[in-house]
Amino acid sequence: MNYSTSEMMTVAAARRLKDGAVCFVGIGLPSKAANLARLTSSPDVVLIYESGPIGAKPDVLPLSIGDGELAETADTVVSTSEIFRYWLQGGRVDVGFLGAAQVDRFGNINTTVVGDYHNPKVRLPGAGGAPEIAGSAKEVLIILKQSPRTFVNKLDFLTSVGHGEGGDSRKRLGLPGAGPVGIITDLCIMEPEAGTHEFVVTTLHPGVTREQVIAATGWDVRFADTVVSSDAPSDDELTALRDLEARTAAAHGQAPGEA
Amino acid sequence: MAAILSLHEAVKQFVNDGDTVALEGFTHLIPTAAGHELIRQKKKDLTLVRMTPDLIYDQLIGAGCAKRLIFSWGGNPGVGSLHRLRDAVERQWPQPLEIEEHSHADLANAYVAGASGLPFAVLRAYAGSDLPKVNPLIKSVTCPFTGEVLAAVPAVRPDVTVIHAQKADRKGNVLLWGILGVQKEAALAARRCIVTVEEIVDDLKAPMNACVLPTWALSAVCVVPGGAHPSYAHGYYERDNRFYQAWDAIARDREAFTAWIDEYIHGTRDFSEFKNKLAHVAETDQ
Repeated sequence: MNYSTSEMMTVAAARRLKDGAVCFVGIGLPSKAANLARLTSSPDVVLIYESGPIGAKPDVLPLSIGDGELAETADTVVSTSEIFRYWLQGGRVDVGFLGAAQVDRFGNINTTVVGDYHNPKVRLPGAGGAPEIAGSAKEVLIILKQSPRTFVNKLDFLTSVGHGEGGDSRKRLGLPGAGPVGIITDLCIMEPEAGTHEFVVTTLHPGVTREQVIAATGWDVRFADTVVSSDAPSDDELTALRDLEARTAAAHGQAPGEA
Repeated sequence: MAAILSLHEAVKQFVNDGDTVALEGFTHLIPTAAGHELIRQKKKDLTLVRMTPDLIYDQLIGAGCAKRLIFSWGGNPGVGSLHRLRDAVERQWPQPLEIEEHSHADLANAYVAGASGLPFAVLRAYAGSDLPKVNPLIKSVTCPFTGEVLAAVPAVRPDVTVIHAQKADRKGNVLLWGILGVQKEAALAARRCIVTVEEIVDDLKAPMNACVLPTWALSAVCVVPGGAHPSYAHGYYERDNRFYQAWDAIARDREAFTAWIDEYIHGTRDFSEFKNKLAHVAETDQ
C-alpha cells in the first residue's frame, strides 16, 4: 500500500511503544501514535491522559485532552491533581509521549513562545503537563514534523527539559527520568548519542535522503555510524491507522486525516 | 448552606470587581454560562485563574474583564490558538494583560495546597525549565529530611471559584462525575464558591465515594441547563466540537469578536436566551 510521510511518522512512533508500558499521552500526534500502538503491536499498553483517565481505550481519537470517550473507556478516572501527584511524580509512568513546537539537538522542548517571552512574536499555548512529564517519566518519546522552523539551533524558550546542555547536564539537574530516548519525525528517527546526549539520526524512513534531513534541521545534524532504514508501514498498520482516522473524522465531523 | 439562586443573583452577590476568580473545568463541565454572566455584569480588573483558559477566558479577556491571568495551558483544544488571549499578550488589546504562567502539575498542586489551607505547594518540577526565570513566584525549597531541592509555588486561594456540575439536591449538595479535573480542589480552595448545575433533584442517589460537594462548603447553587456548552456534561450532552471550530473565526478578528459579544452576551438577558439565540441562528443558517 502507498502511504504518506505523516503515516510513516505515526507508525514509526507507535512501534516504539512496548506492550504493557504505562504511557502518559499528550494530545494530538502522541495520542494518535499511542492509540495506534494499542490497536496493533501493543494491545496492553496503558494510556494515561492528564485530565484523569487511566487505562483509556478510546475507539475514536479524542479532540481534546478530556473527551468523554477517554473517561468511558478508562479503567479508572481520577482527578488531575492525583494524576500528577500519585501517578506521574509517584514514578508509575514508563513513557511520556510528547509533541513540541520547537525541539533542539538535546531534545529540549519549547511550547511557550516564539520570539522574546515578554514581547512574543507568537504566543503558544504554554507548558501544560509537559515539563513534569519530561522530568518524571522513566523515558520520553517526542513526535513532530521536521523542518528548520521546528528543529532549531536554539530554542526561543525552554519549556520542558530533555538533556539540557548535553553530557551529564540532565543528571546534574537531579531529574528522576532518563529523558528523551527518541525523536520520531516524518523523515527519520533521532536518538541521543552516548556521552554527549546529542540527538543524531539513527534511522531514515524509506526513500528519505540525508540531504533532506539536513535541509530540514536547524542545527548541524549528525548521523550515527550506522544508519538503518525503517520498515515501510505494513498493510495491517496502515489499515488500523486509516480506520482509526476515519472513525475519528466521522465522530467529530472532520475530514479524514484532520484529527 | 448554599443559597439556591439565579446565576445573575449569585454573580452579583459573590463576585466583585478586582477579585481573583477561578472558573475551572478540564475540557468537561466548563462553566461557560457563568463566564458569560461575568461579561454581562461588566465585572472588571479580575485576576483569572484557570489551568486551561479556553473559550470562556478568551471571551472574558477580549471583553476587557481581566487584568491578570494565572494559567498553565492556553489554547483552543483540538483547534489552535486563543486569538483574544494572544491579542492581549502580543498587542495589549483591549488592555494589557499580566500573565503568570505555571505548568499543570504546579497549578494542580497549588489548588491542593489552597484547599488544604497551606501557604504553598511542593513538587518535583521545573529543573532545567525557563519558566522559573519568567515567573518569580516559582521558587524552591530544600527538603529538611533528604536535602532534595524541590519546587515551591504559592497556593491558589481564589476569592471565588465557579464550577459546573451535573446535579444538586434541594439543600444544595452537589454531585459531579466523569472527568473532574481540579474542580473539587478549586471549589475548596476558594473563599466563596458558586456551582451551576444541569438540574436540581430530590435525591442525588450518590454512590458511596462519589464526588459530592456538601452544601455547607458552597455559597450558591444555580440551575443552568446546558451551562457548560460548548464543553460537555457527561450523561447530559456531548461536546459541541463545531462551536470550538467556529470560535476560531469569531475570535480571530477584533470587530467580529466585539460584534459577537454585543449580540450574544450583552444582547441576551441570560444563558437560556443565549442558547435560544444560538439555536435560532444555527437553524436559519441551514
